[in-house]
Amino acid sequence: MNFEEHAGKALLRQAGIKTPAGMLASTQEQAEKIAADIGPCVIKAQVPTGKRGKAGGIQLAASPQQASQQAGKILDMEIGGYKVETVLIEQQGRIQQEYYAALMNDSNSKCPMIMFSAAGGMDIEEIAETHPEQLRKTHININKGFDESTALELIEGLDFEADSKKLAAVLSQLYQLYLSNDAELVEINPLVLLEDGGVIALDCKFVLDDSSISRQQQIAQQGTPDKLTWLESQAKDHDLKLVELDGDIGVIANGAGLTMTTMDVITYYGGNPANFLEIGGEAYTKATEALKLLLGKPGLKSLVINFCGAFARTDVMTDGIINAWEELKPDLPVFFSIHGTGATEAKVMLQKRLNMHSYPTMDEAVQAAIAVKSRG
Amino acid sequence: MIVRNTDRVIIQGITGKQGTFWTQKMQDYGTQIVAGVNPKKPGITHCEVPVFASAKDTMAEVPFDVSVLFIPPLACKAAALDAIEAGCKKVAILTEHIPVHDVMYIMAAAKANDAQILGPNTAGQVTPGECFIGFMPAFEASIFKPGHIGVISRSGSLGTLICLNVVQAGYGESAFIGIGGDPVIGTTTLDALKALDTDEKTKAIVLVGEIGGSMEEQAAEYAQNMTKPIVSFIAGRSSPPGKKMGHAGAIVMGNKGTYESKRKALEAAGVNVLDSPSDVGTALKSMLNQC
Repeated sequence: MNFEEHAGKALLRQAGIKTPAGMLASTQEQAEKIAADIGPCVIKAQVPTGKRGKAGGIQLAASPQQASQQAGKILDMEIGGYKVETVLIEQQGRIQQEYYAALMNDSNSKCPMIMFSAAGGMDIEEIAETHPEQLRKTHININKGFDESTALELIEGLDFEADSKKLAAVLSQLYQLYLSNDAELVEINPLVLLEDGGVIALDCKFVLDDSSISRQQQIAQQGTPDKLTWLESQAKDHDLKLVELDGDIGVIANGAGLTMTTMDVITYYGGNPANFLEIGGEAYTKATEALKLLLGKPGLKSLVINFCGAFARTDVMTDGIINAWEELKPDLPVFFSIHGTGATEAKVMLQKRLNMHSYPTMDEAVQAAIAVKSRG
Repeated sequence: MIVRNTDRVIIQGITGKQGTFWTQKMQDYGTQIVAGVNPKKPGITHCEVPVFASAKDTMAEVPFDVSVLFIPPLACKAAALDAIEAGCKKVAILTEHIPVHDVMYIMAAAKANDAQILGPNTAGQVTPGECFIGFMPAFEASIFKPGHIGVISRSGSLGTLICLNVVQAGYGESAFIGIGGDPVIGTTTLDALKALDTDEKTKAIVLVGEIGGSMEEQAAEYAQNMTKPIVSFIAGRSSPPGKKMGHAGAIVMGNKGTYESKRKALEAAGVNVLDSPSDVGTALKSMLNQC
């Protein structure tokens, strides 16, 4: 789950990391008032996505009038598919140097990984390319942790003007924040040295591990739920995983791997999948709901149902599909491929109740679905 | 890890609905289950084996080699640490949606104690004709048959389809290793590939990958120097970037974890990468005929 900058910064402050003085505004009037209080300021679009600066979503303002003007422009924008509804207005500071700091779950080492660069203010790929000698990273033994002394070892010898103890303190606080909030990623870019010697976070990206939401409900309320289409949120209410796509061939399959593969095979033979819809695991009895959902998607020309039973039985899934089919009697060509546990029973059921059959391979079912002429 | 019927296996969470159902299936198939764990029900007998309060208590009374966890997500860390600290060297975790930080604690303990972890979020491991752990339909003759093809898969459902194609083509499997769909897992594609490379029964390998992460690329580096032929299918070619496709680990971020990168690395290592899983049988036939 992604967090907007202001929500991430609230977590930084709780951990003891300083951020500029600032407030949220959702109207030009509010922006003007805040700017009158804090002086020259930065106005930043609050959307849970990157590249805000490049999109024009971050602007400077020297006066309250200018703040109102800029806020008006930004509040009109859409960035990365998100309509900007609030801006964060922060005091401008006198910056001496910019750094980069991040902590993340690292799949390769199976450990937390911390990164620090004495060059910051650009994205990490660019830092790695242009200033590799200023970038340090290390894997953390989660049982030993990461404190100020290990932080000092990490940054030793890098080219920075900040007090090394202050930087080490920030890195150690960042690790505590990462650990206690079940972060997948927390990134400060840039972390800056001010002319008065202070070290503060000018930006913050925080991503909460989705598997930890159940035990981090309080902070999860500050996060931004994934932007879902109407159909996707209906599916979520039924505990089904659905991703809507642009194509015209509907897909229902069991298990993430098989569902992705069905989409791949449709694409390989020149068709366009309309969705990802999985009824794996505990959800495999929900075939009825799954089919009803998908039939609500406009523009489908055909449907591929691909089941391969393992733990989940295909006769149970097929029974669910047939129930929905008998109830709704949809006017949609459907092509089945059924294999594995319960397949014999499922095929008999399909023949008896719908007078339909299952294709010998998913490739044949997919090719038949592609061959259907699109409507209108 | 490849489990054998000589391995002594315990089930943590044996008394639950899934635990009970699959324990019986494993026993019927030939898995040597010697005990179960439920902290609240020590002293009872369930599925004809004694139940203890912890893996440590079990080890003192009934020594074992492998533990299989049928445990809810938030309780997995404690259960896995219990097994590892008891001295168990092979732990299989089937649960999906375990907090990733908990998984990292489990991995750190496994490393310190020289234990192997299968999963989390794995469907399990099958050694056809001998035994299985997890919830794979080892008992379905159309899917699993003793043979010489080793199968590695991040996905249970797709792995099952591949095995079905292997058997339909007239072959059987030496082992199926489900490694799991999570972003942080114990046994990686590379670990599984090494296990099959050194396994005497395995003559050829089917490597089933997915978008996300870089495990297939790492396996490809090792595959360069292997003599056993490898066929591969990578799922997620048509998935849009930035979206999680069911599995938490199956996501393309920027230019990381893409289908193209995996296919390129595997093909450079001489692996035959297929466009459809239905081609597995034909590909195996042509490769094994060349040998």
